[in-house]
Amino acid sequence: MMMHWTTALPEIALACCGMAILLLGALTPRDTFRIASMLTIGAFLLAAMLVIAGPAGLAYHDQFVVDAFAGFIKLLVLAGSALAVVASLDYNEHENLRRFEFPVLLLFATVGMMVMASAANLMTLYVGLELQSLSIYVLAAFARDQLRSAEAGLKYFVLGALASGLLLYGISLVYGFSGTMQFDRLAAALTDPAHVSPGLVVGIVFVVAGLAFKVSAVPFHMWTPDVYEGAPTPVTLLMGTSPKVAAMALLVRAMATPFGHLLASWQQLIVLVAIASVLLGALAAIGQHNIKRLMAYSSIGHMGYVLIGLAAGTAVGIRGVLLYLLTYVFMNAGTFAVILAMRRRGEMTEEIADLSGLGRRDPAMALWMTVFMFSMAGIPPFSGFWAKYFIFTAAVQSGLWLLAVIGVLTSVIGAYYYIRIIKVMYFDAPGEPFDPRPASLSLLAAGSGLFTTLFFVIPAPFVGAAEAAARVLFR
Amino acid sequence: MNAAGFPLLSLITWLPLVGGLVILAVRGDEDTVASNARWTALWTSLIVFALSVVLWVRFDPAEPGFQFVESATWLPQWGITYKLGVDGISVLFVLLSTVLTPICILASWDAIRVRVREYMLAFLILETMMVGMFAAMDFVVFYMFFEGVLIPMYLIIGVWGGPRRVYAAIKFFLYTLAGSVLMLLALLAMWYQAGTTDIPTLLHTQFPASMQTWLFLAFLASFAVKVPMWPVHTWLPDAHVEAPTAGSVILAGVLLKMGGYGFLRFSLPMLPLASAHLAPLMYALSVIAVIYTSFVAFAQTDMKKLIAYSSVAHMGVVTIGIFTANAQGISGAMFQMLSHGIVSAALFLCVGVVYDRIHTREIARYGGLADRMPAYAFVFMVFTMASIGLPGTSGFVGEFLVLVGAFRVNFWLALLGSLGMILGAAYALWLYRRIIFGRITRDDLRGILDLSPREVAVFAPLVVLTIWMGVYPSSFSQFWDATVGTIVVHNQAALHLTTTLAAANP
Repeated sequence: MMMHWTTALPEIALACCGMAILLLGALTPRDTFRIASMLTIGAFLLAAMLVIAGPAGLAYHDQFVVDAFAGFIKLLVLAGSALAVVASLDYNEHENLRRFEFPVLLLFATVGMMVMASAANLMTLYVGLELQSLSIYVLAAFARDQLRSAEAGLKYFVLGALASGLLLYGISLVYGFSGTMQFDRLAAALTDPAHVSPGLVVGIVFVVAGLAFKVSAVPFHMWTPDVYEGAPTPVTLLMGTSPKVAAMALLVRAMATPFGHLLASWQQLIVLVAIASVLLGALAAIGQHNIKRLMAYSSIGHMGYVLIGLAAGTAVGIRGVLLYLLTYVFMNAGTFAVILAMRRRGEMTEEIADLSGLGRRDPAMALWMTVFMFSMAGIPPFSGFWAKYFIFTAAVQSGLWLLAVIGVLTSVIGAYYYIRIIKVMYFDAPGEPFDPRPASLSLLAAGSGLFTTLFFVIPAPFVGAAEAAARVLFR
Repeated sequence: MNAAGFPLLSLITWLPLVGGLVILAVRGDEDTVASNARWTALWTSLIVFALSVVLWVRFDPAEPGFQFVESATWLPQWGITYKLGVDGISVLFVLLSTVLTPICILASWDAIRVRVREYMLAFLILETMMVGMFAAMDFVVFYMFFEGVLIPMYLIIGVWGGPRRVYAAIKFFLYTLAGSVLMLLALLAMWYQAGTTDIPTLLHTQFPASMQTWLFLAFLASFAVKVPMWPVHTWLPDAHVEAPTAGSVILAGVLLKMGGYGFLRFSLPMLPLASAHLAPLMYALSVIAVIYTSFVAFAQTDMKKLIAYSSVAHMGVVTIGIFTANAQGISGAMFQMLSHGIVSAALFLCVGVVYDRIHTREIARYGGLADRMPAYAFVFMVFTMASIGLPGTSGFVGEFLVLVGAFRVNFWLALLGSLGMILGAAYALWLYRRIIFGRITRDDLRGILDLSPREVAVFAPLVVLTIWMGVYPSSFSQFWDATVGTIVVHNQAALHLTTTLAAANP
């Protein structure tokens, strides 16, 4: 069989760029943070072009698949990572983290995520996931002089290693009880759910648990608030965007392709995890006063909504998942752009109360933050509403009424803490002003804000792309 | 029909937003910005009003279906279209929104002094949302505008409101949102059943009886909060008391009508079986609202709160009328909604007039205003009478028709409903007496000034409308007679069909 090595060209090119930037940084005595960041964004652009132009199909002995689904996820991952690099430009300058390794690590994490998106074999899945995770462990601890950052990195590493162990154990169980790690062969072997051994189901549960850790779904969410709070804020932004997208893509592909016929076995599991996540995301966030922690709980809740789409187990559900991830990446990046701009006399502030009166101090920033908060609360016409709309469409279509009702009601509870931030910004008396915000963050907030606001004008191309991507999993 | 092919409704809907963008672009010092914002907002809303008058003139009352229809592809794979149009039920609500917005902007001219730009922007966005909601012919478009209203209203209450504005704003937001999301699920279920969210198609889709009940309850959750019906009315007094005058005006004038409009647009015609089945529940809730909130209104010491509770009672009459499901009842409900939209809006403006001068809404602080403010006393009297339902004012026609409709259903329903009119007369007259009559006891009231020309300009159109609607009601009711007729016929046909089917398959 001929080896279509070109199918992995985007990943290969990106990895080569990463090594070139690494060499450049290591061999140049001058400070190369900014140039390395710019080159990384350029490498992401190049990879995105290759993803769009590249051929589809299976390669590397069917371990690596390129299809519309992988393409959608890869573009989204690249966009999310690029946004994180933009967000880091100013922050790293100020926080004395201007080292070229930062964008390079981010780049390698992205390579890992792209491999995850293309995994057609449990081993490819694992390798991609580990490349991504190891890079992000280091990124989380990047501010090594700060206790919080080091703690976050260590905590993420220890718990992440545990999750990887669970995943690996699950993979070995699946392999042991089915004799293959290949997605399509697994799917063929599992066509008849009656002949599935209990050991295999246990294996699937472990795989789900390992992946649920990565998407920070309840009950594997414990690391999220601490790591979100402790990690350097651009890294927190990153953790909320592309790794979540990639991990969710893995979960979706693993559940839909090899275990697609076992819907009845894993649906219940996903439903429970989704309910627990939306409930915890809504309730636990209410008491938070640190905005990064709040965003951590908010991300747990949002991943719960995404899981509702997966629980539906249909192409419509997966389409909802993809659209939710798409809108979430931009909402999240925009929100963190505002959080990164919360700097007073050179010091970062993270309390929600620090935003008080932002509507008068900095109307533009407050306006974008308002857009993001309303969008996250799912208020039309912002993109967050459409995300929820597509998710709940799938839930209703699959008859998951309990899940749908709990989902919409928790979205109301969640709305409370989002509109509380708007209340702080507009209703409270202005506090001390923030430092002038850098152009990179204004660009990030305005770009994400425009996407979030104007999504409703022409949603059709995005919906079409997500639909095409979702359909390949259900052929 | 929309012969010229001119997207009139889209223009009316989106023009305020364009005005808002203009306001956003204004630069300069604070006074310049404020003044520019006021004038831009006023002219934008006046142009929108002028355009909606074209709608009024060119609307063909004989045609029961939708007119001025325009549509554009939006999400074709999902059967969702950007589709606007008005029929007899919605056309006057569009006009109500476009009439009240310039009045609100005028009423806030001097009252709002901080963040004028944002205030005017919020009102223009609100106008877009209101008009778009009434003009929507697609359920998703409707829902988008229906919930979008929350955003500007939340900010209006929260930023420019009274001392407890934060509590009131958050309560308003969460109550309404909780109802709306359940409606979203109903929307999705309907879409799943019918494959489209096109309202005219849904109007002719037969939903299974058991499904209708669930859908009805989901709609009830949303619209009952909006109307508001007892027992989910508690957000209304808080929101009204804390909102700035113009916010109360829009809230009472238009936002409450969104609930009644929703019942009339969705619940009754789309779910005829459930509407008939659950009508007793609706009657019970409405009658409780009418009687209970009338008594509560008696106990109020705050003028705005009193009027807010009277709104709940008046809207209770509306819901009785809608669910009588006969021509008189529905027609009366329509009339009552429009009348209440004008009258309660005007009453809140009346409160605003004295609040701007004395800065209190305590009823006990006032008295004897007739001496110093004869014009004000006259205006206030007109609206108090209309609120009571005096013949010759707009309030009478609506309540009378609803009671006629209710008599055809059940004697006791009509009797209890009419109790609201008596109680309404009692508390409204009592309020009027305590504020306008008596002797002036306070020094600051001795120097109080009568209506300014700007305030006269605010009240004049409302007085004219109130009298016009009372004296010559058919110039309004002719707009919806045909549409209401089709709803009633369609409703009875659906009920008849089920009873014959049940008879055929015992």
